[in-house]
Amino acid sequence: MSGTLNLTLKVWRQAGPSAPGKFEEYAARDVSTEMSFLEMLDVVNERLIVAGKDPIAFDHDCREGICGMCGVMINGAAHGPNQLTTACQLHMRSFKDGDTLTIEPWRAKAFPVLRDLVVERGAFDRIIQAGGFISVATGSPQDANALPIAKQDAEESMDAAACIGCGACVAACPNASASLFTAAKIGHLGLLPQGQPERYRRALKMVAQMDLEGFGGCTLFGECMSACPKGISIDFIKRMNGDFIYASATKRDEQVLLGAG
Amino acid sequence: MLSFWHSSVGKKVVMGLTGLVLVGFVIGHMAGNMQVFMGPERFNGYAKLLKDDLIEITWLVRITLLVSVVLHALAAYQLTMRNWAARPVDYAMREPQVSTYASRTMRWGAVYLFIFLILHIGQFTLGWKWLLPEYTAEGAYGNVVLAFARIQWVVLYLGAMFFLALHLYHGTWAVLRTLGVAQPSAQPLQRRAPLIIALVVTVGFSLVPLGVALGVVR
Amino acid sequence: MKLDSRIPSGPMAGKWDKHRFEMKLVNPANKRKYHIIVVGSGLAGASAAASLSELGYNVSCFAFQDSPRRAHSIAAQGGINGAKNYRNDGDSIQRLFYDTVKGGDFRAREANVYRLAQVSVDIIDQCVAQGVPFAREYGGLLANRSFGGAQVSRTFYARGQTGQQLLLGAYQALEKEIAAGGVKMYSRHEMLDVVTIDGVARGIITRDLVTGKVEAHAADAVVLGTGGYGNVFYLSTNAQGCNVTATYRAYKKGAAFANPCYTQIHPTCIPVAGEHQSKLTLMSESLRNDGRVWVPKRREDCGRKPGEVAEEDRDYYLERKYPSYGNLAPRDISSRAAKEVCDEGRGVGPGGRGVYLDFSDAIGRVGVQGIAERYGNLLDMYQRITDEDPYTVPMRIYPASHYSMGGLWVDYNLMSTIPGLHVIGEANFSDHGANRLGASALMQGLADGYFVLPYTIGHYLASNKFDKVSTDHAEFRSALEGVEQRTARLLGIRGKRTADSFHRELGKILWEHCGMARNEAGLKQALQEIPKLREEFWQNVTVPGSGDSLNQQLEKAGRVADFLEFGELLCLDALHREESCGGHFREEYQEAGEAKRNDEDFCYVAAWEYAGDRSAPVLNKEPLEFESVHLATRSYK
Ligand SMILES: Cc1cc2nc3c(=O)[nH]c(=O)nc-3n(C[C@H](O)[C@H](O)[C@H](O)COP(=O)(O)OP(=O)(O)OC[C@H]3O[C@@H](n4cnc5c(N)ncnc54)[C@H](O)[C@@H]3O)c2cc1C
Ligand code: HEM
Ligand code: HEM
Ligand code: SF4
Ligand code: F3S
Ligand code: FES
Repeated sequence: MSGTLNLTLKVWRQAGPSAPGKFEEYAARDVSTEMSFLEMLDVVNERLIVAGKDPIAFDHDCREGICGMCGVMINGAAHGPNQLTTACQLHMRSFKDGDTLTIEPWRAKAFPVLRDLVVERGAFDRIIQAGGFISVATGSPQDANALPIAKQDAEESMDAAACIGCGACVAACPNASASLFTAAKIGHLGLLPQGQPERYRRALKMVAQMDLEGFGGCTLFGECMSACPKGISIDFIKRMNGDFIYASATKRDEQVLLGAG
Repeated sequence: MLSFWHSSVGKKVVMGLTGLVLVGFVIGHMAGNMQVFMGPERFNGYAKLLKDDLIEITWLVRITLLVSVVLHALAAYQLTMRNWAARPVDYAMREPQVSTYASRTMRWGAVYLFIFLILHIGQFTLGWKWLLPEYTAEGAYGNVVLAFARIQWVVLYLGAMFFLALHLYHGTWAVLRTLGVAQPSAQPLQRRAPLIIALVVTVGFSLVPLGVALGVVR
Repeated sequence: MKLDSRIPSGPMAGKWDKHRFEMKLVNPANKRKYHIIVVGSGLAGASAAASLSELGYNVSCFAFQDSPRRAHSIAAQGGINGAKNYRNDGDSIQRLFYDTVKGGDFRAREANVYRLAQVSVDIIDQCVAQGVPFAREYGGLLANRSFGGAQVSRTFYARGQTGQQLLLGAYQALEKEIAAGGVKMYSRHEMLDVVTIDGVARGIITRDLVTGKVEAHAADAVVLGTGGYGNVFYLSTNAQGCNVTATYRAYKKGAAFANPCYTQIHPTCIPVAGEHQSKLTLMSESLRNDGRVWVPKRREDCGRKPGEVAEEDRDYYLERKYPSYGNLAPRDISSRAAKEVCDEGRGVGPGGRGVYLDFSDAIGRVGVQGIAERYGNLLDMYQRITDEDPYTVPMRIYPASHYSMGGLWVDYNLMSTIPGLHVIGEANFSDHGANRLGASALMQGLADGYFVLPYTIGHYLASNKFDKVSTDHAEFRSALEGVEQRTARLLGIRGKRTADSFHRELGKILWEHCGMARNEAGLKQALQEIPKLREEFWQNVTVPGSGDSLNQQLEKAGRVADFLEFGELLCLDALHREESCGGHFREEYQEAGEAKRNDEDFCYVAAWEYAGDRSAPVLNKEPLEFESVHLATRSYK
């Protein structure tokens, strides 16, 4: 049940994108085990502000593990030690009294640091722009039930669609690769009949954009999968590679392949 | 075609395919080497077979291997550079969660393998005297025995086998995913077959230097 | 101020068709010439921006998060309604319309609600075509569930992440249009003012949250899809960034604010754990389909473990009070019922502010597996937060601020009282009257963005003449300076208290006096306390750092400042409405513990008009007529 902890925080502080950064140490006293990790940072910040110091900047919004805005490295693990848990859902009961927490921003060439723990993840949006959609203009579709979709396909597609775009996969990957994020979207759309017409085109374009953004390639370390708060499987990376190979081999990326694989 | 080679996935696929060629070769090569234990006549005969009667095929194999190793190594180098460039500022602390030691040693282990390969071919095929003064083109068996009479060669080879084992353990698992052919599974990270391949190949290889060192093969 | 609702004449079912035919069209060749600003990238904003761009308009879209995909719509769990009648269980456009009007306690505009029910059908088609992976039956057709007190199964869902999937659909459409060059996206930009020229909305002022640069943007029409103000209560199920700033600034520029006192308190949220609490997490209402709500009959039992309370000592109060709806009674009713039992001292958990939501019967019926399949991700979230296992120990829940029915007043064309300023989604006073039914906000946001605004905004553009305005027009400059001065002022105070501490205090006042139950004395007291608090804020808040870089405290302070003004408007509206209806419950006006409406005197929309900081806002009334659904006391007994 509830108790309190005294912790030492080693937090990365960086004034701006081009400013040099360094670690600063803070004492976090009487932290309730009922707090979420971000609420712990709130408390630390309140104290900093009242003391006239600059609070620690960190991204967050929904605080219930769905918007994908939060995310930091905690003791070398993206989103902290717990599986399937975003930083905002991580609770302090997961730590022990006297622990030292090293807190760093996501680090990748494609995710420049804006301030302290806040990074710029626009690269993900640009990967989606490259093909992470189904081209259907508002008002054009047929009746929703005109196209039956096997339950298992819908479920598998949903497994991939659950991606919240947090970037933990990139942060955890030794190559800073965006493969899991990109593959999740390719998988989500590629598993549905609606996604077939653009399936191979999508794979080629999204992979190309991923490279263009300066992410690394995939060595299949598997770290992304264990960091992913939504448990997205590297099987989707395999699937992305398959689509990419097929598209490159057949060069049918521009053509319509209704009902293909 | 060019865009394929320029893409990270494309390069990786080239690595995978060439890697498979190399896997096939090492398995066959290891099997062939077992003939060392059947005495000099048999092994030299085997070497002769490859060098005279089947020379055309041998050349075919050699060229395939050369092309594969070059492409494989080139792709590996370029990918590695990209991957390192993707994280200019490293973490003060990053704890690997599930990645294997094998996967993390792919690169440096490969460098060792690369050097090993050059020395190895120089020693047994090209017969560089500074590596093996007593080298004779006919006496493959003798070459092996003389080489491994020197402990440093035994150590170098066993070292290569260690890295080869790791390389195969991760490589044969990864390649199926790179090529998009692996079966979906609940635990995509577990790898049984790769373990077997890696052990059989490298233990098999190791028997020869060990055999000589322990005096089983004279 | 004159409120013209512009409701088309003719029979209810034909109004929208008739109107669509009567509206002017913009020549396709000219569409590109029109620049439309859409503030917000939630379901409403993203769907509107994408659809407008598809039509050929030149769109700029703004959001304060780092990506449009993070808009708060992402958090919606339960589902979205659509009158498809796939279940053949008697649903129809007419029934969805009826349920929504009744659910809203007869305080919504019939014509809008009917149109909403009509387009609800197209929304489902659109989303499926976009690749939204809705739940399906083994036959491959779409699954449905009954939700939020509806007696038909018309709710479509994607696990417990419906809002996420719908938003990603709209987001992907938006990104597609950004790639096509039709939309320019401004992420991490906060809108801080609306600019009007000759009373017509012609642009906005924004602050780039990364560089701190304050910029002016001109356009031919402005659309606000900036969401709800539930965070005025500090603790709510809304995301941290949700704010009233955009709509409140528009209000100060002349847009009437309608029914601010209609706020929805959601019955099933995880109770407060302590002072540090920064937000309350919703546990989807769908849990009430299988969970039974109870508290001990006797206070003495509240301390004991739930398992130790014998069956006959448990009070399943919803089932007792509302036999026909039981645990599925509408949100406002369930929330109030929970408050009552806790006020009686029969609440459970920390501070006695909680009631049990018990799955043991359902588990007995369908087994742990069955429950896990239906609610797995929700129950996991509960366990992660509370460290209690809901499969063995009943969940503890308590109501929390969740949704705002009130918002900027709009006519049938979704245009506010400022010509050219359109308001969509939760930001407008919407189609939900005094209470919103579950799974109907997602529906409304998408209806507005995909199927209503694209028509009505075209009509506005085609019916008016626009001379180009540049951002060095005097109005733009003064608005820009205004924003810069305010920023400088906030940074200059350097007091002793954080913006959060003021927000927390404001929330306490409102929750206490203007929450689930309200009364004259309490509201008057709140109206005393809020100005005092605001006073102190401008004396004593401290905002560290500078304005020319990423400064989250500055953003926060600006939002709190607006909440401190808006909270007063909220209480004023609540005080003036001397009746109980939907989410607005005035203790003085009840009958046997049930809300008592006063249709003689209050069957209208209260649209508040800003009249300067010195004088009180002016009340304008839009009378509500009910032709199709007859005014009746809402009973769920
Ligand atoms: C936890 C939760 C669960 C819910 N579940 C359901 C459900 O199951 N079914 C249902 O129908 N409804 C549900 N709702 C309600 C529904 O989610 C919301 O009403 C709806 O998503 C609002 O959408 P929106 O587009 O109007 O606003 P939002 O999605 O809130 O989007 C607001 C947008 O405006 C932008 N913005 C805001 N202010 C500014 C500013 N000043 N400057 C620039 N940009 C700004 C934001 O960046 C954001 O992009 C739920 C709500 C919550 C909180
Ligand atoms: C010549 C020296 C070699 C070098 C420099 C080298 C380098 C590498 C590297 C760096 C990788 C990982 C690449 C990545 O995924 O990022 C790799 C993968 C691989 N290597 Fe090698 N290697 C060499 C020799 C071999 C040999 C001898 C074999 C076979 C016996 C082999 C088989 C493989 C396989 C199968 C993979 C997996 C490829 C994939 O994941 O698709 N390699 N190699
Ligand atoms: C302990 C292990 C090994 C032993 C004892 C061994 C032995 C030999 C011998 C005796 C030859 C000469 C054959 C001949 O020319 O008659 C040879 C050739 C060769 N070996 Fe090995 N080898 C070993 C491991 C390896 C490994 C691990 C690789 C590759 C990764 C390898 C690659 C080659 C190649 C490419 C040739 C040249 C084949 C040719 O003639 O074209 N060997 N090896
Ligand atoms: S794949 Fe997982 S880790 Fe990567 S962005 Fe999506 S949710 Fe985050
Ligand atoms: S960790 Fe990186 S290397 Fe591939 S499997 Fe995941 S992206
Ligand atoms: S704050 Fe939204 S996922 Fe953590």
